[in-house]
Amino acid sequence: MADQRPQGKTNAAGGRSPKAGGRKAKAAKLVETTGLRPDELIGLLQRMMLIREFEEECARLYRAGRIRGVTHTYQGQEAVAVGVCSTLNVSDFITSTHRGHAHVIAKGGDVNLMMAELLGKATGYCKGRGGSMHIADMSQGILGANGIVGGGMGIAVGAALSSKMLGRDTVAVCFFGDGAMNQGILHEVSNIAACWNLPVVFLCENNFYGMSASVEDTLACKEMNLAGRAAAYDIPAATCDGMDVIDVHLATRAAVERARGGGGPSYVVCTTYRFLGHHVGDPLTYRDKSAVDPWRLRDPIPNFAGRLVADNLATREQVDRWEAEAKDAIARALAFAEESPDPDPSNLTEDVFA
Amino acid sequence: MTTQAIKTTTMTYGQAVCDGMAVEMRRDPTIYVAGEDVGMFGGGLGVTLGLIDEFGPKRVRNTPLSETAIVGHAVGAAMAGLRPIAEIMFDDFLGIVLDELGNQAAKARYMFGGKVAIPMVLRASCGAGIRAAAQHSQSLEAWCAHVPGLKTVAPSTPVDAKGLIIAAVRDDNPVVFLEHKTLLNIQGEVPEGEYIVPIGKAEVKRQGGDVTIVAWSAMVAQALAAAEALAAEGVSAEVIDLRTIVPFDKEAVLESVAKTNRLVIVHEAVRTAGFGAEVAAVVAGEGLDLLDAPIVRVTAPDTPVPFSPVLEDAYLPNADKIKAAVLSLL
Ligand SMILES: Cc1ncc(C[n+]2csc(CCOP(=O)(O)OP(=O)(O)O)c2C)c(N)n1
Ligand SMILES: [Mg+2]
Repeated sequence: MADQRPQGKTNAAGGRSPKAGGRKAKAAKLVETTGLRPDELIGLLQRMMLIREFEEECARLYRAGRIRGVTHTYQGQEAVAVGVCSTLNVSDFITSTHRGHAHVIAKGGDVNLMMAELLGKATGYCKGRGGSMHIADMSQGILGANGIVGGGMGIAVGAALSSKMLGRDTVAVCFFGDGAMNQGILHEVSNIAACWNLPVVFLCENNFYGMSASVEDTLACKEMNLAGRAAAYDIPAATCDGMDVIDVHLATRAAVERARGGGGPSYVVCTTYRFLGHHVGDPLTYRDKSAVDPWRLRDPIPNFAGRLVADNLATREQVDRWEAEAKDAIARALAFAEESPDPDPSNLTEDVFA
Repeated sequence: MTTQAIKTTTMTYGQAVCDGMAVEMRRDPTIYVAGEDVGMFGGGLGVTLGLIDEFGPKRVRNTPLSETAIVGHAVGAAMAGLRPIAEIMFDDFLGIVLDELGNQAAKARYMFGGKVAIPMVLRASCGAGIRAAAQHSQSLEAWCAHVPGLKTVAPSTPVDAKGLIIAAVRDDNPVVFLEHKTLLNIQGEVPEGEYIVPIGKAEVKRQGGDVTIVAWSAMVAQALAAAEALAAEGVSAEVIDLRTIVPFDKEAVLESVAKTNRLVIVHEAVRTAGFGAEVAAVVAGEGLDLLDAPIVRVTAPDTPVPFSPVLEDAYLPNADKIKAAVLSLL
């Protein structure tokens, strides 16, 4: 599953390669504005496609009663997970949320092990014990999705402290939503991260809703300036277009570089939208049916594919092939999960203590 | 309650909770509901559906995603003359609000020399069985029971859900009201209007002479199913639904054990320091001479709740495990 790692060897922060050198005249545009190589740019698209296919399959499986419990999918927000994680090294940390599949995939998680976990199989990431909201992969610095909104915030700051205490140059990215902005712990960790000058990026995905609660009704912020809150802690903040993988990448890259360089914490707020319900099965009664339409026009995947084609970095045929490859990868993941055994209940009480 | 025939309506457990809140809110304008998504969306699990239509957004208050504030503000509101019904979606989130609940709400009256009352209710869903995994499935009544000053109730039927929510709202103390998520959609006949089940009173759900099975919340149905299966084998089990955890109705349990001389305690919560340990200690301490056999507990094992259906099924206590425990005593 080599193709599932985040831009493989090339995603070291600050590791943007020198300009590709204009072999094709038009290739200069994206390559020049981002400093990313063509294969890195293509990798962003492929990773978003993999996430989309994974989530579509999850929704199908959930509706068919084959994924149980509750599952929150990410369609529409792919540019955020991919834009952010493409700035990170394998040894960097992320903490994720209840809507965490994409963060895991973007950070280098293995879709086979994820799918097996979602189906509750023994071969899953957590031996079937965790399920959709609790996937973790310590080998990739993924310190866990989380069932508690805000649950990852303290963890991210602790991971950032480890970088300082152990003399490493790792960075921690803390993903959370607009709803989570209102959890008390965010105040505490923001303050402590600033006081201790920790290498952490507070990465808010503003999709305008926390369950049925709209940002307007529940977030006291003038003009939706969520990032403005960071000023209270003297933390630099940026707001970026969460439907544009490049914008997310560049904003996050600046924050990650600052953190790695000893410049302390940052806030990055990505403005995005979830195309579907809060969880699969959400009747979406609180949102105007047509509200999603303008966002669908800004779907990060076809739009970025179009830019790659326009820049002569890809052809339509290639784009179609990559999409088919993503579908294949997810089909293989499902087959792996289906062929996997259920966990053995006699092991139920293992792993409570180290 | 009264000797008149009571008019009843068929409704679910969740609707019964809502109906009880509405009955009280009509009576007392100081009662209000606050929680995430409790308005038009009806709360995380749909219990408050429709409430906002009658009482409006001032008394059915959607909050930000801020459990600390939901419970913390309720304590102050209760001190200052309101009667809040706060909702957190899952009792697992007690982890976030334990200070407000355990150090503020529970202690204020005693610390302040009896000068204040905290008439608030904290509602939360509890329990496993829907594959919601480790952070959305716990049964944490014992956390609440360990803090003096809190009452904790955990009804098992729609009728008790209504009677106990009204009692909880009328109580001048903080009451934690635990709604088992696998019970929310069960139906039953529920009395219309004001109907109270007193806090602190257990109920004998089935009479029997050979063994007493004490259970609460979702485990009552499992205990009754076990009793039915045992009856087919000639064993007569008495089933007591505790209904209220604190204050614990020890008289009801001791009275039953005096008759059956055997005690099996069933709870969905993990074993160690679960409330069953308290029940066992009280019966052993005050009724040792009533017992012909050791007290047995049927509980979840001491692990977080696993996700995988095969694991969660193995994890949960059920009628078969209860039956086997009873038979081991005879
Ligand atoms: C502490 C806590 N409160 C409430 C919930 C229930 N819940 C799960 S997700 C969610 C909304 C989260 O909104 P947001 O942070 O904006 O993330 P999004 O769902 O939009 O990705 C809520 C209320 C929870 N899991 N944890
Ligand atoms: Mg949101």
